[in-house]
Amino acid sequence: MKFDSAYVVNQTEREIAPKRFESHFVILPIDNIDTDQIIPARFLKTISKNGLGDQLFYDWRYDASGAPKTDFILNRPEAVRAQVLVAGDNFGCGSSREHAPWALTQFGFRAVVSTSFADIFRQNSLKNGLLPIVVPPDIHAALLASPGAIVRIDLAAQTLTLEDGRSVEFPIDPFAKHCLLEGVDELGYILQQESAIASYEARRAGSINTLA
Amino acid sequence: MEPQPMKKRTIIEKIWRDHVVAEREGAPALFYVDLHLVHEVTSPQAFDGLRKRGLKVRRPDLTVATTDHSTPTTPRGLPIVDKTAAAQIDRLEQNCRDFGIPCYGLSSERQGIVHVIGPELGLTQPGMTVVCGDSHTSTHGAFGALAFGIGTSQVEHVLATQCLLQQPSKTFAVRVDGALKPGVTAKDIILALIAKIGIGGGTGCVIEYCGSAIRALSMEERMTVCNMSIEGGARGGLIAPDATTYQYVAGRPFSPKGADWDAAVARWRELPTDEGATYDREVSIDANALEPMITFGTNPGMGIPISAAVPDPASIADPLERETLHKALQYMDLPAGKPLAGHPVNVVFIGSCTNSRISDLRAAADILKGRKVNPHVRVMVVPGSQHVRAQAQAEGLDRIFREAGADWREAGCSMCIAMNGDQLQPGEYSVSTSNRNFEGRQGKGGRTFLASPLTAAATAVTGVITDVRTLL
Repeated sequence: MKFDSAYVVNQTEREIAPKRFESHFVILPIDNIDTDQIIPARFLKTISKNGLGDQLFYDWRYDASGAPKTDFILNRPEAVRAQVLVAGDNFGCGSSREHAPWALTQFGFRAVVSTSFADIFRQNSLKNGLLPIVVPPDIHAALLASPGAIVRIDLAAQTLTLEDGRSVEFPIDPFAKHCLLEGVDELGYILQQESAIASYEARRAGSINTLA
Repeated sequence: MEPQPMKKRTIIEKIWRDHVVAEREGAPALFYVDLHLVHEVTSPQAFDGLRKRGLKVRRPDLTVATTDHSTPTTPRGLPIVDKTAAAQIDRLEQNCRDFGIPCYGLSSERQGIVHVIGPELGLTQPGMTVVCGDSHTSTHGAFGALAFGIGTSQVEHVLATQCLLQQPSKTFAVRVDGALKPGVTAKDIILALIAKIGIGGGTGCVIEYCGSAIRALSMEERMTVCNMSIEGGARGGLIAPDATTYQYVAGRPFSPKGADWDAAVARWRELPTDEGATYDREVSIDANALEPMITFGTNPGMGIPISAAVPDPASIADPLERETLHKALQYMDLPAGKPLAGHPVNVVFIGSCTNSRISDLRAAADILKGRKVNPHVRVMVVPGSQHVRAQAQAEGLDRIFREAGADWREAGCSMCIAMNGDQLQPGEYSVSTSNRNFEGRQGKGGRTFLASPLTAAATAVTGVITDVRTLL
């Protein structure tokens, strides 16, 4: 796959995703974790993208007085250094709030591993350098059964490797992968296609219903 | 050489193809957006992005904003108590002024839930692509539009370029044939579907709803069905346009007029799925067999007919599924193995982009007329828009609600998402006509039963979960 280097714009604004990294992981063995749990709606009144890491899983993480619940995994010491979250099926279902991947990355996660992801969450994650990694049920079960272990994730090779050496290839949209590895900015890429957009609009001028 | 027969296409593929601006190898298609709806919660960071790059909004004439999510439903003259909400609403209005976007703000008679005002203003039309930074954008699919929710990065893309990078979705036909029995509504169709396919069952798909029971629905009922497509994991759900659609769209403020109308209808008639086209997946539902539905758990797939028993985690083989159900029942503090009818509730909420249109309010008012709300229940009726509110008042529905003891509010998302101060207290139960029963969705510690406006109104009268058919 070849891309014109002209599409690679505005790199300073974007963090280039690490090509490969090793990390401890934390486990949330619940299916259908929805974006209201990832970040409750009352925190969406912000007009900023920042400061959301403290609100990640807020209602699971803190009690009524605002004190951390000691039995919740993200409050344990091992969560501090973990860059990978392993969760149940259909992670990120529910609302389209991009605050969900913002909160996850600001907490320090670079990947979420599950057996499937909700569509909008997956797209939002890829736009924020958070890898939504789908693994087969046997590998998922092995991860759930080995708390405290380490995984190695290689984005270029699209592999996730367990401590015992087992390795699986995970799917990722090739364009998203390219953007993550090369720091390509999607909006910049679309803006480059101005002439195609203009001619499309000209072609459909009679059938686009404007407010005017 | 013999000419190849034209490939039979679904309405989903037709609208997709009509909106592909460009295709390049190795990249998703560049996809054009006909209508971009904007609200206060998912847009401020996108406008910041435009400012940072010095970009304009490419098509302010295809963009409409309103305030709904963090918007109070108290009388409009009162100040907004929550300063962060007030700042967010101000920011939307400022952004719209700066970028030349029409904004139906708090003082506008066109203000309302974004998915209620689009259709009622005639902005939503067949064959269109509609996006919004809100997952319930699927509502607009009721018109035969390809409509889906997007994140804030994509809101920025659409503001700047009117385009998105998109992969085509898989196609999923949901056939609903037969006739609904009295007391059974569009809401029950969609809750039954989600219970059948599961909350992730439609992932990667756009649903086309078809069949005789869908054809028989009004536009408002079709919106209720399409609205909750996302609760089945599908990004979008649509219904091919027909005479019901054209009749609804005609004569609205932004619908085509005169010769433009005739040309538009001619185009719209080409949209329905070709005879013989195939889908990636199909599911059938028998409308004759449906009962009023209600959810018991903490996701919208955890729904049962009102006469059925709450499932028992012990009966589930998969350990993660069993644990998920167990955790849900623990949160809801409900016993397994018993029906929900008779379970007391604290709050009844009638509103949200799922069920806040005039026909929803009429249905609830029919039940509440001449009856009183149970004194142990707080009942909130929140119209979807100022237009719906005005029409309800013209019909005297507000009087019926007030005389019954319900609270009649201003328009907004309200207790569906509980961002605006309308919320459950910890441990409280609600029957809600909204779309999500996730933990804390209606307020931290709150417990939600999703149901139709009829079931909600019946429950308001008795104070316990009630099969509305006993009150008809």
